[in-house]
Amino acid sequence: MAKRDRLSGNEAVAYAMKQIDPDVMGAFPITPSTEIPQYFAQYVANGEVNTEYVTVESEHSSMSTCIGAEAAGARAVTATSSCGLALMWELLYVASSSRLPVTLACVNRALSGPININNDHSDSMGARDAGWIQIYAENNQEAYDNYLQAMPIGENPAVRLPVMVCQDGFITSHAVENIELCDDADVKNFVGTYEPEHYLLKHDNPLAVGPYGVSPYYMDAKMGQVEAMKNAKEVILAVGKKFGEMTGRSYGFFETYQLEDAESAVLLIGSSAGTARATVDKLRAQGKKVGMLKLRVFRPFPAEELAAALEHLKALAILDKAESFSNAGGPLGAEVRGALYDLDHHPKTINYVYGLGGRDFRVQDCETIFNALDEIIRTGNTGARYRHLGQRE
Amino acid sequence: MKKPVEIRWHGRGGQGAKTACLLLADAAFSSGKYVQGFPEYGPERMGAPITAYNRISDERCTVHSNIYNPDYVVVVDETLLESVNVTAGLSNEGAIIINTEKTPEEIRPMLNGYSGKVCTIDARRISEETLGKNFPNTPMLAAAVKVSGVVEPNRFVSDMKASFQHKFSTKPQVIEGNMNALAKSMREVQIG
Amino acid sequence: MKKAANINEQSKWYELTPGCEIYEPGTARLTITGEWRTQTPTWEESRCKQCLLCVPYCPDSSIPVTDGKRLDFDFDHCKGCGICAKVCPFQAITFHKEEHTDG
Repeated sequence: MAKRDRLSGNEAVAYAMKQIDPDVMGAFPITPSTEIPQYFAQYVANGEVNTEYVTVESEHSSMSTCIGAEAAGARAVTATSSCGLALMWELLYVASSSRLPVTLACVNRALSGPININNDHSDSMGARDAGWIQIYAENNQEAYDNYLQAMPIGENPAVRLPVMVCQDGFITSHAVENIELCDDADVKNFVGTYEPEHYLLKHDNPLAVGPYGVSPYYMDAKMGQVEAMKNAKEVILAVGKKFGEMTGRSYGFFETYQLEDAESAVLLIGSSAGTARATVDKLRAQGKKVGMLKLRVFRPFPAEELAAALEHLKALAILDKAESFSNAGGPLGAEVRGALYDLDHHPKTINYVYGLGGRDFRVQDCETIFNALDEIIRTGNTGARYRHLGQRE
Repeated sequence: MKKPVEIRWHGRGGQGAKTACLLLADAAFSSGKYVQGFPEYGPERMGAPITAYNRISDERCTVHSNIYNPDYVVVVDETLLESVNVTAGLSNEGAIIINTEKTPEEIRPMLNGYSGKVCTIDARRISEETLGKNFPNTPMLAAAVKVSGVVEPNRFVSDMKASFQHKFSTKPQVIEGNMNALAKSMREVQIG
Repeated sequence: MKKAANINEQSKWYELTPGCEIYEPGTARLTITGEWRTQTPTWEESRCKQCLLCVPYCPDSSIPVTDGKRLDFDFDHCKGCGICAKVCPFQAITFHKEEHTDG
């Protein structure tokens, strides 16, 4: 029987970790992810898990710990935010290129500077090309659900890629909300045990990990990662479906809300989707044909599926919680526009950068965006394609 | 969907306004509601003004912004009235609940012309009388429940008793003090 | 299980192992680094006292030892660094320019 509870996003992830009982945790604190290793340390101290809890001196070392443990054949996890993820940068690439399915709980926070502890997506968006699967949550429930799906996805032999399970710092990580938790036995059964074919501690089969790849091999090795990321798409869908059979909550690459007959829509990631959902309800009540698409999986990027879901729109606003300083838009904006480009008819698109460093995103902000889309549909004139929302002017 | 009840808490870092906010979320959850309880973090230090929020409703509320037009405001530290605009956006249909020795009549002139209900509770005295220390959390929580009615009071008292019994299982002497603080606060809160 | 000997610069990308993992020990033997050599040591067995000092000094493990006695160099892997010639107390190793006979 599932259990109803109320937990913060960080508590929910720590609880999921407890239910999974991983072999190794590389633990290093950084706001706002600190509570995850903190809560988990209590489970370790209470003897509720068998995890080897490795306290290290930096995030560089916590990721190194996970890489070493995974190569040895263990299931390894860690959690971080912001500058902590930035310090892991080098190792993120080592984990993915060595095809080691580490699970990282990323509690999204702005990068310095100015130094700031609040939410935006600049940390994980900066790591988007590191070869990790990236799954984003709207709330505590999704943070928990996504975490439980991470290992069945990443550890699949056709995939073997590390997974970053992202949630919004403070907004989700520190907000207590209702949640439905799975039974321990169901989790154990769903996540299974980690049984890699090759690992360092396998006595009868010596293994070397992470060899030098000279030019005649490097490009080909990268193709292997590309193929794994392609395979991940099918696996993500299969795991999301299976999770739905267990809990009633199915997951795909993205979730649409009132999108089918919409003329205009917003596309966004994370907790703001809930606020957009409320805005859609409000505007639908006024008879406006508006909708929303919440992207859950950013890596692999579901380009064809997004194009198919968005094709019928007249106008679309893509919301980026990260600035890329390209002078042309944010990372999500660039990729979604890329996905739409090959359509014969595509919606007019504008790209907003919003919510940086914890700048609040309110229903009225979302209404401002829908008003801008109305204006585009009415006049046929897209105007500025790269916009910012929420700054004082 | 019926609009959720929205509550904003003002306190100082270390006083437990966030804890009180989470306790209210707990109490409302126990009575079958959908809840949100979340703090707004600025500089993380003792004594700095902090804000925390609750949304409480019969259906899941998906909005994840801060609260700008609360139905209720709870002020855990009276000295904040001088530095923070605690009534900003507060509904005149709602109420403000302040931890103070003063009466609602004495406090009202300090509230920028707020015309809704003004409630006062001497949480420091109640805490010192019942718990022997200044822990304004429990009395403020009880006053907030009494004034807002977001949780049915009898249900609230029995849920809190169970919660204290669990939390203080090794210190049973604290349970009675906390229960007395709750009851006293619900009795003494002045609504003006 | 894919053997390292079966992977080379003509292998297709999908013929590589995941993460370039290597599933056996000692695969360095498969790489003939001896062709990097420009100078060559010559072992003069008659002067050699089999003290074996050259063996641990060789950075490339290219002096094979059997039954407590060294044999001639493993020229598939000797890179011609000359350390053995320097450390030999009996001048039993000479060091000279590599002579290629193929061109």
